[in-house]
Amino acid sequence: MGKVAVLGAGLTKFVRRSLETGRELCWEAAAAALQEADLTIKDIDCVVMASAPDAFDGVHMKGEYLLDGAGGKGRPYLRVFVGGGSGVFAPIAGWYHVASGKFRTCLVVAEERMSPTMPHPQGAFNAIYDQFLERPLGVNLLWIFSLEQMRYMQTYGIPLEAIARVAVKNKRNAKDHPSCQLGGDYTIEEIVNSEIMAYPVTRLMVSPVTDGAAAVVLASEEFARKKANKHVWIEGVGWCLDTSYWTNRDLAYPEYVEKAAVMAYKMAGITNPREEIHVAEPYDPFCYKELHHLEGLLLADRGKAPALLEQGYYDRDTLAGIPASPSGGLLGVGNPIAAAGLMKVAEIFWQLQGKAGKRQIRRNAKRGLAQAWGDLMQVGTVIILGV
Amino acid sequence: MSMSSMSLNFRGTPLREDDLRTGKALTTEWRGRIDYNWDAGVAIGQFLEGLKAGKLLGRKCRGCGRIMIPPRMFCEKCFRRSDEWVELKDTGRVNTFSISYVNWDASRRTTPQVPAVIEIDGASPGMGIMHLLGEVGDSVDEILKRVRIGSRVQAVWKPPQEREGAITDIRYFRPLSE
Repeated sequence: MGKVAVLGAGLTKFVRRSLETGRELCWEAAAAALQEADLTIKDIDCVVMASAPDAFDGVHMKGEYLLDGAGGKGRPYLRVFVGGGSGVFAPIAGWYHVASGKFRTCLVVAEERMSPTMPHPQGAFNAIYDQFLERPLGVNLLWIFSLEQMRYMQTYGIPLEAIARVAVKNKRNAKDHPSCQLGGDYTIEEIVNSEIMAYPVTRLMVSPVTDGAAAVVLASEEFARKKANKHVWIEGVGWCLDTSYWTNRDLAYPEYVEKAAVMAYKMAGITNPREEIHVAEPYDPFCYKELHHLEGLLLADRGKAPALLEQGYYDRDTLAGIPASPSGGLLGVGNPIAAAGLMKVAEIFWQLQGKAGKRQIRRNAKRGLAQAWGDLMQVGTVIILGV
Repeated sequence: MSMSSMSLNFRGTPLREDDLRTGKALTTEWRGRIDYNWDAGVAIGQFLEGLKAGKLLGRKCRGCGRIMIPPRMFCEKCFRRSDEWVELKDTGRVNTFSISYVNWDASRRTTPQVPAVIEIDGASPGMGIMHLLGEVGDSVDEILKRVRIGSRVQAVWKPPQEREGAITDIRYFRPLSE
């Protein structure tokens, strides 16, 4: 199996509604990634695309719709899909295209435009629920998150304030991200006391509706050695899905995320993740999810991520801990679903290269991890990058 | 090269709602309407028949011994055909719940809905279904006083003549005094 390097990353702004179409956003992100990799589209052997449900854009077969903007014309082109986990699964799929030895390079593009759905993209989520047992009850997307958060809080005795701290950190971090949609300085009280959407979830604990795109360029070792001077390698990948019977699952602990993480750690030769992972971008569509995921990733004991967060262990300027979501995450930068996952991969890439600007973490980082999550709360996707 | 002033990174043009209203950004609209008709299938078909008769039905796998609800004709764990129907109780315990003020279209409600995962008595531990809780109050404070994880609840059924073989044949689950 060949080694695979990341040569460049590109991002658009993340905004509530973009003037650019999905195709145009794809092109902006892809062009930026190619420029950073010092390559042109002629150097690209294949393309992997990720975008979450078609229903948002209202365009069926969205992969094909986006193809031209993503550089897919005349090339092996594949859309991959594991719901919200797609943004990190896309570079995993890109990795095996290149690691197989079949392709020298792969352009990975992720796009989401949630704004076209009227009156609100939340309506498009209803069709993920079971049509016999769940939809007739009048479901909405917030239900599953609030149900899971309640189970997590009551299992471990975690107060709402401890959950809200994730939004304080991530929205503050996001202020320094050029793509940022919702960065800012908030107090724990402001997060907790914002409008109750579905208790225990309040409005400022929810990531926004966003349009945006992201891209990365992957290359084989042989190709990479001729290009960049500071190489970032894909050291580990892992993914796993749990049962779709979500009401039969342990909602307090994401075991499928642990399985995905262990798969990636094993591949990277990591035996003690808390020592060997130096920066992390766990998936944070809701406040509690970042904590849930840090535990599933074995970067905290079960139920103990909130205490570590309070101690500053996950702060961007920590020297002894593991900075978590230094980008500002989905809660701060924004959540164009598939593009948000790939934004996290781009952040780890820039952090390891020392190119994260004002967001650059203080501790020396040689290895970082990005993780996404989704489908019906059942998929974990994990990628580990290292220098 | 990245982050230089010539970088192509971080481009894009945010629109405001006004830009659409005033026609500054041109738009086009499509109202999709697609109708579907699903048959309930083998397992859920039987389950819905059970609801019509006022019963909750589970399905047992003799491989792992689990009694499963929602029922399925196969066991995803053993990956073998499941074996028999088991009548469960219409009581259970709250696995988790929430208090929702938002409708599917993001419009707001004044009276909240209380969705819950309910572990059904007679099924294996951890086997729950989603449904609504009722008779638990109209505000967060009231509801948190009356419900907690582990609370015992019982189904409140529609009268037999109103049942149609749907999950809504159970109106909601209400708290049982212990």
